Amino acid sequence: MGGVLLQNLVNALQWGSFYALIALGYSMVYSILMLFNFAHGDIFMVGAYIGFGVATGLIALAKMGTIMMPNWLILVLTLIITMFLTSFVGMLVERIGYRPLRDAPRASAAITGLMIGIILETGNLALLGAQRVSFPPLIVSHTYELGGVFVTNKKIMIVFVSIAFMLALHVFVTRSKWGMAMRAMAVDYVVVPLMGVSINNIARMTFAIGSALAAVAGILFGVAYPVLDPYMGIMFGWKAFVAAILGGRGSIMGATLAGFLLGFIEIFVAMIFPSTLRDLIAYSIVLLILVFRPHGFFGEPYSARLRL
Amino acid sequence: MLSVENLSVSYGKITALHGVDFHIDAGEIVTIIGANGAGKSTTLRAISRMVPVSKDTKMTYMGKNLLDYPADKVVSQLGISHVPEGRRLFGNLTVMENLKLATFARKDTENIGRDLERVFSIFTRLKERSGQKAGTLSGGEQQMLAIGRAFMSGRKVMLLDEPSMGLAPLLMMDVFKALKDINEEGTAILLVEQNARLALQFAQRGYVLETGNLVLAGDSKKLLEDPEVKKAYLGG
Repeated sequence: MGGVLLQNLVNALQWGSFYALIALGYSMVYSILMLFNFAHGDIFMVGAYIGFGVATGLIALAKMGTIMMPNWLILVLTLIITMFLTSFVGMLVERIGYRPLRDAPRASAAITGLMIGIILETGNLALLGAQRVSFPPLIVSHTYELGGVFVTNKKIMIVFVSIAFMLALHVFVTRSKWGMAMRAMAVDYVVVPLMGVSINNIARMTFAIGSALAAVAGILFGVAYPVLDPYMGIMFGWKAFVAAILGGRGSIMGATLAGFLLGFIEIFVAMIFPSTLRDLIAYSIVLLILVFRPHGFFGEPYSARLRL
Repeated sequence: MLSVENLSVSYGKITALHGVDFHIDAGEIVTIIGANGAGKSTTLRAISRMVPVSKDTKMTYMGKNLLDYPADKVVSQLGISHVPEGRRLFGNLTVMENLKLATFARKDTENIGRDLERVFSIFTRLKERSGQKAGTLSGGEQQMLAIGRAFMSGRKVMLLDEPSMGLAPLLMMDVFKALKDINEEGTAILLVEQNARLALQFAQRGYVLETGNLVLAGDSKKLLEDPEVKKAYLGG
């Protein structure tokens, strides 16, 4: 029993990593602009597809024999290049979809996200067709047995890479001057320009970072579950959004922990109940948590933000 | 140095300023006094490019068209800083972080340390509290930090919106003494105040703003003696 539990703990960590990485993007954008980027789940999808394209391209290059690249190097390069490219998608979404609507009613900004999401999904469909694509296997799966628990090298890699990015984000937000500007924007964005800080630049940067993290989630997902489809971002996006709210609107720490918590709840529910009932039961539990903690884990009871 | 002509600002259908003209010379302290809702804060926000102005408004600073600069560049490139009404500190950031954030876009990084020392020598209490969250400061300390933050962001001109608000008289004197020091080091000051007596005693020149129109202007000593000003703003 202890082995099974530990086994599921490892699975939950991996599953939660995806939610946490995506939830961070929702949370960061909300904290500085007070709006949810509902296209964010689809940015995860776009990230996975860009990752697929980059990895396929690099493998082809390596096969031609011009450049010697071991698979791990291809994966690292795929990660870096994809984060870079996906961050541009995020910046584009901000520029086209959100900047013109910054002072528009919140509902308009919300449907912008939904529309951009639909455009990204159907755009992908138009570009690549309805056929699902398969993420190239870059890691040969090894299974290790540690005291009755089976872990694969993929799972270890996914959890470690995710946590490394979350820690890097934490350091960035708490130590760098850009992170400082983000935190300032979270309390009172109206006066941020009076500090000589361009809120457009901070908003752009926040979308870029959030999208790059979603791209990481997309690639790691592709490594674990290689089949990609244009609508993969919808369910993931919604659940990560739940994590972002559950963590406390705008709280980076909260989004991370809630992302993992969601992973745990889903995996452990599936351990006990038939998997078809997984989300039904898991999200009833989440709903119950929210009833008792309506502000989420790290949220403020009410918004004390000042506006001009 | 800073010249404003025909400044008009509307919020939707309500016009807050109806073509206001004024100017500030280098090193001067100028005040705009007026009742609540006269348009004083709006005037400062217009200079800081925080609110849109009507298209026949002209604002120039040292020969440059202020309207060519977005809000953040007014601070970082022109050196016009703004202490907003109600201080608007970043309460979740420490005192030090508030001051450092104000230097975000400064190119002269070598002078930042020196300026920080200067702020701490003017407001010694801020130094003791530098690691504390700004939200935990007392009202007087918050005003000091708001001024210190503006000092760090740029200080060719400092726009001050009601710095006396909510301060005990003794603290208020401290704050104005500090502002005088900053002014003597070369910063021109545009002060907006409801406390007209204090403002006119502090400034060299003054303007009187009434429901979006400038109705009087002149030497602040003369304004202190003006019967209309006395009646309306100095309590008889």
